[in-house]
Amino acid sequence: MHTSPAATDDHEAHDNPALLHHFATAEQQKDAASLGMWVFLVTEVMFFGGMFCAYLVYRYWYFGDFGAASSSLNLTLGTANTVVLICSSLTVAMAVRCAQVAKQKAIVVYLLLTIVLGLAFLGVKAKEYKDKFDENHVPGQASFHLDGSIPRHPDIAVNQRHAQIYFSLYFAMTGMHALHMIIGVGLFVFLTYRASKGAYGPGYYTPLENAGLYWHFVDIVWIYLFPLLYLIDRHP
Amino acid sequence: MATAVLETGERETYLNKEYGIKSWLLTVDHKRIALLYLMGITFFFFVGGFFALLIRLELLTPAGDLVQADTYNKLFTMHGQVMIFFFLIPAVPAVLGNFLIPIMIGAKDLAFPRINLLSWYLYIIAGALMVYTILNGGVDTGWTFYTPLSTEFLKTNVVTAALAVFVSGFSSIFTGLNFIVSIHRLRAPGMTWNRLPLFVWAHYATSIIQVLGTPVVAIAILLVALERVFHLGIFNPALGGDPLLFQHLFWFYSHPAVYIMILPGMGIVSEVVCCFSRKRIFGYSAMAMALLGIAVVGFLVWAHHMFVAGISLYAALIFSLLSYFVAVPSAIKVFNWTATMYKGSITYQTPMLYAFGFVGLFTIGGLTGLFLAALGIDVHVTDTYFVVAHFHYIMVGGMVMAYLGGMHFWWPKISGRMYPEGWGRLAALLVFVGFNLTFFPQFILGYMGMPRRYWDYSHSPEFQILNVLSTAGATVLAVGYLLPMVYFLWSMRYGKPAPDNPWNAAGLEWTIPSPPSTFNFDEQPVVTWEAYNYDEIKQEVKFAH
Amino acid sequence: MFQNMPFWPPRASTMANSVDALYIFLIVVSALMIVSIFTMVIFFAIRYRQQPGQRAEQIEGSHALEITWSVIPFCVFMVFFAWGALIYFKERTPPQNSAEVYTVAKQWMWKFEHMEGQREINELHVPVGRDVKMIMTSQDVIHSFFVPAFRIKQDVLPGRYTVAWFHATRPGTYHLFCAEYCGTMHSGMIGSVVVMEPKDYEAWMGGGGNQPLAVTGEKLFSELGCATCHRSDTQARGPNLVGIYGKPVLLEDGRTVTADENYIRESILDPAAKIVNGFKPIMPTFQGQISDEQLNALVAYVKSLSQQSSEQTGGKNMAAATPQP
Repeated sequence: MHTSPAATDDHEAHDNPALLHHFATAEQQKDAASLGMWVFLVTEVMFFGGMFCAYLVYRYWYFGDFGAASSSLNLTLGTANTVVLICSSLTVAMAVRCAQVAKQKAIVVYLLLTIVLGLAFLGVKAKEYKDKFDENHVPGQASFHLDGSIPRHPDIAVNQRHAQIYFSLYFAMTGMHALHMIIGVGLFVFLTYRASKGAYGPGYYTPLENAGLYWHFVDIVWIYLFPLLYLIDRHP
Repeated sequence: MATAVLETGERETYLNKEYGIKSWLLTVDHKRIALLYLMGITFFFFVGGFFALLIRLELLTPAGDLVQADTYNKLFTMHGQVMIFFFLIPAVPAVLGNFLIPIMIGAKDLAFPRINLLSWYLYIIAGALMVYTILNGGVDTGWTFYTPLSTEFLKTNVVTAALAVFVSGFSSIFTGLNFIVSIHRLRAPGMTWNRLPLFVWAHYATSIIQVLGTPVVAIAILLVALERVFHLGIFNPALGGDPLLFQHLFWFYSHPAVYIMILPGMGIVSEVVCCFSRKRIFGYSAMAMALLGIAVVGFLVWAHHMFVAGISLYAALIFSLLSYFVAVPSAIKVFNWTATMYKGSITYQTPMLYAFGFVGLFTIGGLTGLFLAALGIDVHVTDTYFVVAHFHYIMVGGMVMAYLGGMHFWWPKISGRMYPEGWGRLAALLVFVGFNLTFFPQFILGYMGMPRRYWDYSHSPEFQILNVLSTAGATVLAVGYLLPMVYFLWSMRYGKPAPDNPWNAAGLEWTIPSPPSTFNFDEQPVVTWEAYNYDEIKQEVKFAH
Repeated sequence: MFQNMPFWPPRASTMANSVDALYIFLIVVSALMIVSIFTMVIFFAIRYRQQPGQRAEQIEGSHALEITWSVIPFCVFMVFFAWGALIYFKERTPPQNSAEVYTVAKQWMWKFEHMEGQREINELHVPVGRDVKMIMTSQDVIHSFFVPAFRIKQDVLPGRYTVAWFHATRPGTYHLFCAEYCGTMHSGMIGSVVVMEPKDYEAWMGGGGNQPLAVTGEKLFSELGCATCHRSDTQARGPNLVGIYGKPVLLEDGRTVTADENYIRESILDPAAKIVNGFKPIMPTFQGQISDEQLNALVAYVKSLSQQSSEQTGGKNMAAATPQP
């Protein structure tokens, strides 16, 4: 980079109103934004990692009780949610692609689809939570009770304290995941608005790409959560 | 260098470019944000210091006769939380790092100026939660929040304190994220990694720790809050949980956190020692690698805080061994600073006095870390004043001295004024003497067996004399800290105007005016020289005094 | 060596001598290090102060020096590590045939029960010259059992046993502190360890007519119905507990665990956690139905079933045979 940055700044500023003053080129700004999002996602991995660590420890210690608790989750709804979320990752990837090839209307459509799918996920989650409340599977409540026995050990009743730990982690992990999804949906609402104003195109689609990265990360967290929480000791 | 001129004829700087509270609260200028942080940090330093004074006053006599037991427990808890999360962790990165890193790498700002401002707002929100906690009756969990005490047995503001720490963690994460991206992507042409000042390397290593470690304590503390509110049992043995799981999650961050606190200080010391010895640093690569080495190995030693907590014998052996590994790069740094002074041309300005103090006190603090890493010794001295003395030697004797040294070194650049050198040297001396008098007796107290967090020691009057010495030292230390507060403020109005480079120091920050203009450089610098090119710079340290 | 140094805790156990030896070694090495660094820094600061006309010499570094002052300290550190580890290994391995004291810590007091049945609060009487093993648990939060004169410390956790041991070498009264912050009266959770000559200890032990802990346990074992299933004949529906302490146990899931104090405790409070191979999981849980002291008595009783002869039965008691040096 040996060109006089001041001159480039003026040129770029004219061509690209999105270029911020402290970046020399649009490419530098895009690189910085991408690196920033990746570093942020690393922090998110560590954040969820703490809960995964707690989960792994207790699942090892209380495997039978965790198996029983896991069976009480609705596998159909969980699977449906997994499909919904994977599709929403597809739609956001499509939105980014459309920006790259300047299909303005399609960007908005795909972003709206992503929002709808995200909201669908949250709706199903809400239903699952409601079911847990109705079945008295909420930890910390005096009314908590998980009926039944350890899978394949009909003579061993479920240890209620251990089962409560499963549900504590279930709500903490899926709740934190849902919070991240709500933030993501909010981001996409904002981006849809901006896209409808034509803010994104082949020259500038960084916010879409980075929001997409974030959304894919949230998707991956779910892809780990789903088998860990729903599929313990399930047999056909 | 062409600089903009205001209507009044004054040169435009980042300070006079715009006036009014809105221009400060909505600024995205990294230098203004650094000053915003400076106000918060100074405020919390004195709050935490005030709690410390009360603690020391109580410990003057064996009986618990100054405050009640619960009050004392709140005092040491809040002293720890305030000092660690609201002073030590942000101080150097958020004030000096924010101010200097863009300039040192030849950039106009950090990569994400708005996120920088967001970091500050998060710090303020967290600070407000902390102040609310203090005013609403305090919290008495100990800064370590051990369960099940914190989740089941205490009736104080545990949740708001936990939230304050949680939010402050995100402020720290965003600062670290900003530094990493800036250092990777915003270096000026010619500013290769090998030409970066060690101050920048230090913040890069610190940022890696901030980004990887802080989220873990965030989730640990969030789970504690949830457990307390919803009566969960994740960390409560009475409900099937494990209190040691909390300890592991907590210390996984809180050990690397001490490196977040000390690495920036080490960066400052490198800059100051080079400038006032008029020499390049001895062993630049070793110093940079040592910083990274401390950051990485620092993540592998956390359970040395748990040797008597109930971990297995074999786990203890591994963590003790790894703790000795992390001591090696720290030792290397002390040797390299000493070697930098060899055949230098040394002057004794205030920043250099603080640097001398740092090298000496960090050596003592670090050596006592070796005592603690030895399993057989740790069993006796853990949870006693020996540990308190050890970490205060590093945090206060090391970190705070480095911070003050850095503030004096870069004050002319930040404010455009010189501080009064005589008063600076006096304060440094008072801090050094007061510090040693306060904390050295505590090593002896610890080995004698005085446990930490004791409000009353009337059954062990043999502890009193050393406690009296310690409290006497604390009063001297307090004066030493108050002095800079007073004369820095004084200098903003009455101090001699500072030239661009009062110390004839190397580094891009000394090539621009004091104080800098808003966008730092009129033209982007193109770097063709190595760091610490003191052979090319005029020899004497000259400054307008 | 000097027994009553000022600003030094008394040395009253076998461990104390080892720990102090390493401590003094560390002090000497550290002092050498500190003196060297301080001397060099002060010497350089004066010798190389700014002189008119003299320039600093720009020295880039030295690989040889870097390696030297990395390797030598590292080797010294390894000595510290190894020495410390050896001491720790001894500290964490109570000798066989130690006399046992069950401890229940609670906010804010220490409750001790000797095998002979004596109960003490905040004061612990032990004979000099005997290995003593503390088997400890907490009723509420984490505490820590700390006797500076013995150089031992061990956190005391709720929900499980932790163990500490010592061998007192000097009669006297020594501080006992709680060393893990546990709430309001943490600094008041203190007491003393009274080390007595053997005959004084016998005298102290003799008065009281207490029921030995294992006998208390035996009575509970019968009252609570344990004897109904845990018996040695064909009507047994639970494992025979005679001789199990300290031995490996095969579980129905294939794992093998050692029947230590924590295993026995867990088996009473959460029997479904580890089912012994060949048995059905029909044992009810006693969680919430018995106190920590009663649990200690049961554990002591089960352990007593592993003594082959009466001489060995005396082994867990302190007022036994000849005190060991």
